[in-house]
Amino acid sequence: MPEQKVLAPDPADAVHSHDVPAERPWSRLLKRGQTLRIVDIEGQQAVDALLYCAENPAERYSAQDTLRVQGSAYVGLGTRLISNKGRVMARITADSCGRHDTSAGCCSCESNAVRFGAATRYQHACRENFLLELSRYGLGKRDIVANLNFFMNVPIDPSGDFTVVDGISAPGNHVDVTAEMDVIFVLSNCPQINNPCNGFNPTPVRVHVWDLPAAVRVRCGPTSG
Amino acid sequence: MAPIGRLVPGADRILLTDFQRYRAKMSTMTKQEIAEANRRRYEGLRAAGQGTAPKALPAATVLDGARIMPDAVIESETVPPGWYHTVRLRRGEALRIVDASGRSSVSMIGWCEMDMSERLNCADTAKIQWSAALSKGRVILTDMGRVFLSLIEDTSGAHDLLMGGSTPASVLAAHGEPSRNTHDNFLAAASKLGLGLRDIPPCVTFFAPVSLDAEGRFGWNGARKKAGDFVDLRAEMDLVLVLSNCAHPLDPARPAANGPVTVVRHRAPRPAADDPCRTMSPEIARAFEFTDRLHA
Repeated sequence: MPEQKVLAPDPADAVHSHDVPAERPWSRLLKRGQTLRIVDIEGQQAVDALLYCAENPAERYSAQDTLRVQGSAYVGLGTRLISNKGRVMARITADSCGRHDTSAGCCSCESNAVRFGAATRYQHACRENFLLELSRYGLGKRDIVANLNFFMNVPIDPSGDFTVVDGISAPGNHVDVTAEMDVIFVLSNCPQINNPCNGFNPTPVRVHVWDLPAAVRVRCGPTSG
Repeated sequence: MAPIGRLVPGADRILLTDFQRYRAKMSTMTKQEIAEANRRRYEGLRAAGQGTAPKALPAATVLDGARIMPDAVIESETVPPGWYHTVRLRRGEALRIVDASGRSSVSMIGWCEMDMSERLNCADTAKIQWSAALSKGRVILTDMGRVFLSLIEDTSGAHDLLMGGSTPASVLAAHGEPSRNTHDNFLAAASKLGLGLRDIPPCVTFFAPVSLDAEGRFGWNGARKKAGDFVDLRAEMDLVLVLSNCAHPLDPARPAANGPVTVVRHRAPRPAADDPCRTMSPEIARAFEFTDRLHA
């Protein structure tokens, strides 16, 4: 592989920039060709994500189809995000973290109560964020599917052991997602405090949207083939 | 116990007291102390969830074991290769799925009959049991923290929660021509129930020995499939299931070699106090408690 240099896009050129407070949702229509950058400002902060085809939201991100097409269980640079109709919705075009999950779903009041005891039912959760944010588009609970978990580290052992462990994202790590169709992109800045996905301390994240793929790459050094 | 809102007198007060006690405890702790306490609880749950709980799971059912008494059978159906079957189960009934040829895989989705927005949830099933490996003694959960199905018998222990079923594109790539596939089966079956594309969750696939290497790459461990493999799924709520008898996308047989599968709806024995599924872990005991509230 030729050595590649990533030209960092300038936040000043972004068509949209926003700091998503800890525990809060965010969403935006991402036009085809636009790139969303999510920055884990303080590190170890999981960001749950759902994508819907803007033209027909019944077509949406499918975790199982994404993993089947990729042939492996984790999301990273180059992963194509596949819809439930088998189409490429978006692509991971830059990733300074290296490990993202799409098998562990999102936290909910209901699953928290099961996992961590009845008292944790009354803690804010990603599903609450998704429901409120999706309602802005006429979508609801039926539309919440298995989501992406950016910056969330869920190793799956060959034995099947399935564990949310400490995140590997450092302060300032980012992931870029470039849309290949017009998509409604919905995020929940995860409020979970009962497992290590947020270092037991939810923190803000930053989003930027650029009109062109952010990962403008130039070849430098030796090239092959 | 009755569900919150339609209450046994005092049930909400008990929960609120519990909650208030929790809040009072938290309010005297610093943020750092809360984080440390939560981490200790998490590591304790993990040690139990990946240590004592799986060690206590029952051994796999033997191939000629767990005979169904003829008078317990409610109905039986043979599903041809490539086809689907929809079945409603009442709470306490069970569904036996038999792969007589040892060459089939059966993908399954399902909904809670009382509220079809509540459905089988693969992510919570893996996360809450600390394992993506389903076997006898495990359960399948809904998205609402309740138990959907219990695996009360299982000869196989080789099932897939992660990768899902075949699609029009996957069968075209595998076989060079369009053919029946799980995605289309689910869509047709859901449509006949008045549901649609929005209602199709990720699926479980039985008799699908998907392996995972240390880098996360999927593989197929065909040696784990046996002629006559079966599972018994006990319904923990009234529910609707759709089964698709299509080759798993990783199954290397070209063309697909799957045979017919038999599904038998039957009356399951009442769970005993020490039922392995109900007592698997503190998490699953709570999920059953929340499920039982619906039926109190």
